[in-house]
Amino acid sequence: MSYALNRVTVPVTVDAEKCIADKGCTVCVDVCPLDVLAIDLSKGTAYMKYDECWYCMPCEKDCPTGAVNVDIPYLLR
Amino acid sequence: MNTIEIEVDVLVIGGGTAGPMAAVKAKEKNPNLRVMVLEKANVKRSGAISMGMDGLNNAVIPGHATPEQYVKEITVANDGIVNQKTVMAYAENSFAMIEELDRWGVKFEKDETGDYAVKKVHHIGTYVLPMPEGHNMKKVLYRQLKKRRVEVTNRLVATRLLLDENGAIAGAMAVDSRTADFYVIRTKTVILATGAAGRLGLPASGYLFGTYENPTNAGDGYSLAYHAGAELSGIECFQINPLIKDYNGPSCAYVTGPFGGYTANAKGDRFIECDYWSGQMMFEFYRELEGGNGPVFLKMDHLADETISQIEEILHSNERPSRGRFHEGRGLNYRDGMVEMHISEIGLCSGHSASGVWVNERAETTVPGLYAAGDLACVPHNYMLGAFVYGKFAGESAAEYCATHSLVPVDEGQIEKERARVWGPLSVKDGLPPAQVEYKLRRMVNDYLQPPKITRKMEIGLQRFGEISEDLSRLSAADPHELMRAMEIHFIRDCAEMAAVASLYRKESRWGLYHYRADYPDRDDKDWFVHVQLKKGEDGNMTCFTRPIAPYIVPLDEQEKTAYEKLRIVKEPATI
Repeated sequence: MSYALNRVTVPVTVDAEKCIADKGCTVCVDVCPLDVLAIDLSKGTAYMKYDECWYCMPCEKDCPTGAVNVDIPYLLR
Repeated sequence: MNTIEIEVDVLVIGGGTAGPMAAVKAKEKNPNLRVMVLEKANVKRSGAISMGMDGLNNAVIPGHATPEQYVKEITVANDGIVNQKTVMAYAENSFAMIEELDRWGVKFEKDETGDYAVKKVHHIGTYVLPMPEGHNMKKVLYRQLKKRRVEVTNRLVATRLLLDENGAIAGAMAVDSRTADFYVIRTKTVILATGAAGRLGLPASGYLFGTYENPTNAGDGYSLAYHAGAELSGIECFQINPLIKDYNGPSCAYVTGPFGGYTANAKGDRFIECDYWSGQMMFEFYRELEGGNGPVFLKMDHLADETISQIEEILHSNERPSRGRFHEGRGLNYRDGMVEMHISEIGLCSGHSASGVWVNERAETTVPGLYAAGDLACVPHNYMLGAFVYGKFAGESAAEYCATHSLVPVDEGQIEKERARVWGPLSVKDGLPPAQVEYKLRRMVNDYLQPPKITRKMEIGLQRFGEISEDLSRLSAADPHELMRAMEIHFIRDCAEMAAVASLYRKESRWGLYHYRADYPDRDDKDWFVHVQLKKGEDGNMTCFTRPIAPYIVPLDEQEKTAYEKLRIVKEPATI
């Protein structure tokens, strides 16, 4: 079987300037009920790894630096 | 990948609403017990109340309502199919729970005299208590877990329960969604608090996770209970909710109703007398939506500016705060436009309707050592407060069971078989990606199970779910996260089969839209005034049977019995 790579826009975005994942912060990754966020170790920032969002907002509310933004997924907007 | 063994006395599966309460109450009963909460996400922000709650929907507060009145209301709202003892046990403990939550720091709305400011939303009684500052629910619960020294494990997916040779609880097995480590937990008791089967139907948007319920709640507990041989009940009484179209969250009439907002048709006219969610209400909603006066809206544009500001403050900071962002994106302001509403995909959830694991008034299931509480436990219309009350019952009952039972040996055969099943998708190369299988399965749920229910369609649905069951061994997981999704498809498929089998079994229509069978359109109290139970038969196949309704402890008079059947507003003909 072979697989395709479909591009999708993701609802959760992270401001790299504000994100302090490089200092060891993992708050947004920890609180996500769907476990869809991860830390990009090469860039030292959090990002949305899986497009499985409930647009519930703990990641945005609990981020200590206001780096995370939750938008409504495009299909619902 | 390792196998990790743990021993506890009480294992609570699910750390959302009922789960933390159950753990705290088990510890309160006996502080020496080893109590562990096993959570799929993170207890700090998990479950249906991840972002808090905007109100209690079923507060039974002295001076505003009585337990007897509440039992009547729910009996009527659920078309008579209730074990009244379970509803009464909730109602009698409702107020004490509110007071306890109040002491713990949950903020409820009070009037100028300090009395709880209860509002009327239901058809008969007054039970809705707003929580405009209800966003801190999870923090309050987390503090209690720490205080009582409850052990917490996050990011573990429970996959099967372990039984001893007599069919009693011996343990549970789980997989870590970050490392794929396999867990064997020996325990005297298990409390299931995994929430609704909220990822059953596919939302009309096509977005798999755009569900009403927290999509982490994939029906895990329904499947765990089923495979452990527990009875489930009322599965055919689906959860279908009136939601903001596309956003697929509550709008929410319980909040706006007391301020003067209401459900209206395209002309802005009311068509139902009462916005309380019931099958009958959903049926009228469905008729209006599909009829010439549709679609349906939530109307607030007639309210004063300051009233709307108050509503916005509640709706856009609690439960589903992103609804404000959704409306903003479409340029909708409650002041000058109505909110377009739609009917949700189907789910299983006793918190809103009645489908769940059968429990008695002590939260005991039919399996010794197994308890259930919250959205997955069959106590009709139990909502958040019901989850707390039954969480309390489950914790206390489990603690009592521990006093007279010891850990039993676990069967290596069961463990080996389960580990092979759970790790399977990691070694499947060139297999099916979980997202694709889930999309197809849930699309089939919509096609064949969304009411109106039609016999032949449901039979075809069962055949399709059977075919997808063949696909499960071809599921392939690229990482532990995908492995979690793959295991969830097993749960979803089990729930889909249960929904079809139970719906086919009850050959009548009941609960309005929740169980509207086009080929059996009438309610038939002569043959079907019974619970429909579902369990795994001796032969391993799904079977249904009936349980009589226990004699009512709160009798209904004739007029009350039909209260929910007359929800549609009938206009007097205009006189010339």
